[in-house]
Amino acid sequence: MRPEPGLELEGPIAIPRSNGEPVFGAPWQSRAFGMAIVLHESGAFEWADFRARLIEEIRRAEAEPGNPGKASNPDGSVYYACWLNALSAVLDQGGVVPGYELTGRCEDFRSGARDDVH
Amino acid sequence: MSGDHGHTWHPPSELEARTRALESLLIEKGHATPEAIDAVVRRYETDIGPLLGAGVVARAWVDEEFRARLLDDADGALDSLDLRGFEAEHVKVVECGPKEHHLVVCTLCSCYPWALLGLPPSWYKSPAYRARAVSEPRAVMAEFGLELEDDVSVTVWDSSAEVRYLVLPLRPEGTDGWSQERLAGLVTRDSMIGVARPLEPRTVAA
Repeated sequence: MRPEPGLELEGPIAIPRSNGEPVFGAPWQSRAFGMAIVLHESGAFEWADFRARLIEEIRRAEAEPGNPGKASNPDGSVYYACWLNALSAVLDQGGVVPGYELTGRCEDFRSGARDDVH
Repeated sequence: MSGDHGHTWHPPSELEARTRALESLLIEKGHATPEAIDAVVRRYETDIGPLLGAGVVARAWVDEEFRARLLDDADGALDSLDLRGFEAEHVKVVECGPKEHHLVVCTLCSCYPWALLGLPPSWYKSPAYRARAVSEPRAVMAEFGLELEDDVSVTVWDSSAEVRYLVLPLRPEGTDGWSQERLAGLVTRDSMIGVARPLEPRTVAA
């Protein structure tokens, strides 16, 4: 069983010291991670482009007032939200998954019209 | 929202919905399969772990020729062990000495020698670590329990897309005659990032 992430946190900027913590805070984070690796390995985008986007997303997230990214965000959701944004952007840019298609499909999952991928 | 047939449907969070939407489109378009994604996650979560890096460090401790090559040309030395990162990044190994310590950070995002250490821990990606490792490395290390003498110099290495750093920690005293395999058991992930020393031999005795 995975321990609940972030329990060792003692303050807003304390750095958790555990050596055995899970690397993903939620299943969607591991899916977002895995998709990027699979698509990169199949040549869908250049890693340098992805990384440049990721840096931009992280910078933007941390500049937002009150964003939990300001704190340690031990469950990793801010980091992987940036990851997902960067991945969506490079896939849109490369024509692999156009942004409008993703927006429409998001709505299907949000509303429950689709529930076929977990 | 409750269904009429006994199931309870929970709306996914925004991030869950977007992740699922992207995955379903990639599957439909033939760019990915759920199995391929599973396999990648498993590979990075469990198969590739700090053990690979620990093996490299332990070998450098027992094999002088390998150590020299690792410090001079880490890419070549790692290639000879078939340890290459998928990003094809360059790796540089920085060696600690009695009066010299090294700490690794990625201030911009979370560049990390994945092929050797697996996925970065959550704290490595945190804004706090990324900022403070540079501005107050000694305080950060102290929070991890690593207190260095004042006369030990600290060099902070900022990873980039081009170069990833791996710390070669000092071999613990009291390990004369230990095998490479036994030594590898002392090398923690944190010691290869530079926020900790390797384990003490007595802590893993017998």
